[in-house]
Amino acid sequence: MARNIETSENRDNGLIGLIPVALSAALFAWLITQANTIAEGGAIRYVWDWVPSLGISMSFMLDGLSLTFALLISGIGAMVFLYSRTYLAGQEHFNRFMFFLTSFMLAMLGLILADNLITLFVFWELTTITSYLLIGFAHATEKGRRSALQALFVTGAGALALLAGFILLGTTMGSFELSEILANGDALRNHELYVPILILILAGAFTKSAQFPFHFWLPNAMAAPTPVSAFLHSATMVKAGIYLMARLHPAMSGTDIWFWTLTVAGAFTAVFASVLALRQIDLKQSLAYTTLMALGTLTLFLGQDSAYAMTAFATFLIVHSLYKASLFLVVGCVDYSAGTRNADILGGLGRIMPVSALAAALAALSMAGFPPFLGFIGKELQYAGILAIGSQPFVFTVALLLSNALMFAVAGIVALRPFWGRREVELPRSPKEVPWTMLLGPVVLACLGVFFGIHPDPLQFALVDPLVASLLGSIDEAKELKLWAGVNMPLILSIVTVTLGAALYIGHRGLRAWLGRVVAAAPNFDRGWDRFLAGLKGFAAWQTRIIQPGILRVYIGVTFATALVAIGGTIIARNAWPGLPDFQDVTWPIIAISLLISVGAIMAALTSSRVAAMAALGVVGIGVAMVFIVFSAPDVAITQLLVETLVVVLVAVALLRLPLLDQGGRDHRPADAVLALGVGGVFTLVLLAVLETPIDLRLTEYFEVTSWPEAFGRNIVNVILVDFRALDTFGEIAVVVIAALSAYALLRTTSERKDP
Amino acid sequence: MEALLALTIGVLVATAVYLMLARNILRFIFGLVLFSNAANLTIFVSGRVTVGAPPLIPVGADAPVGDVANALPQALVLTAIVIGFGLFAFALVLMFRAYSSLGTLYSDEMRVAEPREGGKT
Amino acid sequence: MNSIILRVGTRYLAGILVLFSLYMLIRGHNEPGGGFIGGLIGSTSFVLYAIACGTAEARAALKIMPQNIAVAGLGIALLAGIAAALFGDALFTGQWLFLNPTEDSKGLPISTVLIFDIGVYLVVFGSILSIVFAMEEEI
Repeated sequence: MARNIETSENRDNGLIGLIPVALSAALFAWLITQANTIAEGGAIRYVWDWVPSLGISMSFMLDGLSLTFALLISGIGAMVFLYSRTYLAGQEHFNRFMFFLTSFMLAMLGLILADNLITLFVFWELTTITSYLLIGFAHATEKGRRSALQALFVTGAGALALLAGFILLGTTMGSFELSEILANGDALRNHELYVPILILILAGAFTKSAQFPFHFWLPNAMAAPTPVSAFLHSATMVKAGIYLMARLHPAMSGTDIWFWTLTVAGAFTAVFASVLALRQIDLKQSLAYTTLMALGTLTLFLGQDSAYAMTAFATFLIVHSLYKASLFLVVGCVDYSAGTRNADILGGLGRIMPVSALAAALAALSMAGFPPFLGFIGKELQYAGILAIGSQPFVFTVALLLSNALMFAVAGIVALRPFWGRREVELPRSPKEVPWTMLLGPVVLACLGVFFGIHPDPLQFALVDPLVASLLGSIDEAKELKLWAGVNMPLILSIVTVTLGAALYIGHRGLRAWLGRVVAAAPNFDRGWDRFLAGLKGFAAWQTRIIQPGILRVYIGVTFATALVAIGGTIIARNAWPGLPDFQDVTWPIIAISLLISVGAIMAALTSSRVAAMAALGVVGIGVAMVFIVFSAPDVAITQLLVETLVVVLVAVALLRLPLLDQGGRDHRPADAVLALGVGGVFTLVLLAVLETPIDLRLTEYFEVTSWPEAFGRNIVNVILVDFRALDTFGEIAVVVIAALSAYALLRTTSERKDP
Repeated sequence: MEALLALTIGVLVATAVYLMLARNILRFIFGLVLFSNAANLTIFVSGRVTVGAPPLIPVGADAPVGDVANALPQALVLTAIVIGFGLFAFALVLMFRAYSSLGTLYSDEMRVAEPREGGKT
Repeated sequence: MNSIILRVGTRYLAGILVLFSLYMLIRGHNEPGGGFIGGLIGSTSFVLYAIACGTAEARAALKIMPQNIAVAGLGIALLAGIAAALFGDALFTGQWLFLNPTEDSKGLPISTVLIFDIGVYLVVFGSILSIVFAMEEEI
């Protein structure tokens, strides 16, 4: 934690901290005004052309799914910004923090509103980068840096897979527009590339949403300041992967591989994470693992197709964001006030911090799934959804039951013990209630959980129905959100959950010790990550020693050999040999000039005399100039001849002071000669192949017909240089000046060192 | 016509690569000169070659009369030659500077930036 | 190189070369020539001068530091390009003014294109001379 409580008592960070609050509140308000249109089945779409030649546009779409996410992001965002202003008051880099967090929020909004795969990917990566900066906000600590890098690497690697998947998807479907892809789901599901596309995209979604086995970065990301954890790691960023799977659900779901991958991964993550959540002592870590559990559950439901499952997904998504953000913020309040987040130490804060305690209780009851909270409706729907599952309903129901019971227990640990439990040890700081700016968020979010529990209709109408409509295509599919559905299977399962959860809570200390032993024996992914990184570094060092040993010759040799293999290999693999060249139109002067150049070049390569090499280079230069003369390029020929003269002058000056070429025997390198001949041969082949393809002369013809009428010049080459392509020429003469000045500077420093 | 030039360019590239792989950096610079010649010729030849018809517009005409040489690669090559000279001059000065401070022209012995393992330069 | 004939001869030759280089620069828009070629020829004249009479004398004859000439040339080329923006065109669009137009000729052309080419001339001229002079002096 990088904050300094002593200096923060009576300081806020001025008005600048309110700008993001106002921004997100305004966005939230605007989104609310759109809700009616969306609820009536409409969708709002904005398109700007970005790279039209590649079919990439900046297009955005607001429908039920994106509206729900956008409201959660901007609404929770506004609370978190307000909260951070106090929580991080007096913090040295507060403005930087707010900038990162605001950028993150905007990137996240861009992600969920994007209607184009490439646009979506760009925002996806922006959230990766901004979250890296936020997790690493405590960059002075090693843990902060490690966690930030880990999150960046894991989600970044997933994003690369995602990009590959998107490009494959876009080219397969002939469009990068999401709305067009979603309309052609059947074509995609029956395409032969469906499986590779699915694997690549899921790799991106699973890493981002921390599904097993990529789960380990999320608990480490708790190194970020608590508002960040509340915002990114519960309500928004980790939901990006969920969002993506939901977004593509209409186009990709319904296959066996989709069902099994998502259901199994989701169920396993849910159980695995909720078991680990019970084990944590740090409140924030507990919540981090329950977030994993929620993500797993959401993934599990996205694997299904039934209306119950989709309604459960929609409801649980909203429920979870509300109570999780609230709980994270409360934990932040506790930490802020008491100076610790250790569940074993904390207790008895209920009387000192009554408002925080109330928020915590409401949020926790929703999390535990008590009536009349929205969490209860969510859980009922979850059980209804799991019972509608196509195969193995029993296994998955047990998994869900187990994780929900564990959630119940964790809700008790997080919300009950710190406030109403007995305090056994002295706290690091004497606690008191936190300011209202920090309380507003948790209280509002927690109260929403109650309000929507009692009055689910507005939520149903505005968010759940449209969301299910974007998943299943019809507004009428969504099941009704109601508190009392009669005595049925879900209700019985709920009762079992509560009973089991209560038992787990009572016995959680004993369980924790036992779990500790089990976990210690199991493979540790976090440590595996370290080993993986060490191995990667070792490999990098090894290959650097081989390929980049610090010897110029080796670098050049590797470069040319790579070019040779890459180009030559392509020619062989594609069988792209050029046809036999046609030498019929060759005239004697050309043969003579070619021989002159070749002989000059070979002589320059083989001679061991400096003067002979210089002369040979001169011969080559003159030969090239003659080529320009014969083939109607007077300007080029004159330039070449003049430059050739200057080269001779410079070399002559330099050679006076340099030693002879070969001080130790002749220069004879057969291996280099083989490589050189190979590169030369491949170069010729490529050029011959180029010459076989038809040439596009449109540009030249344009220059020819406009040179005089429009640019008033009869020398087309010069007109191109100083008029048509003057900007290029300007860049080029700038390079000439830079080269001259650098050479001049190099020479002058030499002389100063020689005789000061 | 182009085919023969393509062969010649191949010879230029081969000799340039051979020279650039030498241990003596003076040879490397000779290779650089050959390589830029090869590159210029490649651009020129890729635009196809025409004998005896420079891209000029005669007085009284609005456009060139008949088939003339492709002006675009000529313009590109012209600037490339001048830039190539700038690069060459810089490389030469750099080499000279390296020689005067390190006392050698052999690139294997120039190890100030990347010393051999064991700390010797 | 201490031949009196060479020194005197070079002095005249250098002068002629400079004049020739300016001629090549001006005619470049319609005939082979232009800023690059003109600059190369112009610099050759002073390179010859430096070889024959020494760089100190060549620098004295030139009066201005060649690096300054190169940078000034770059500035002139840039101004010629920016001028187009003042007339509401895209950067580096040629602007033309014809003096004394008559029935059968457009008149004497003055253009930003020519100014740009003068900039190119000065860049090439100055850059080459700063390298050659420095090498002659330091090596």
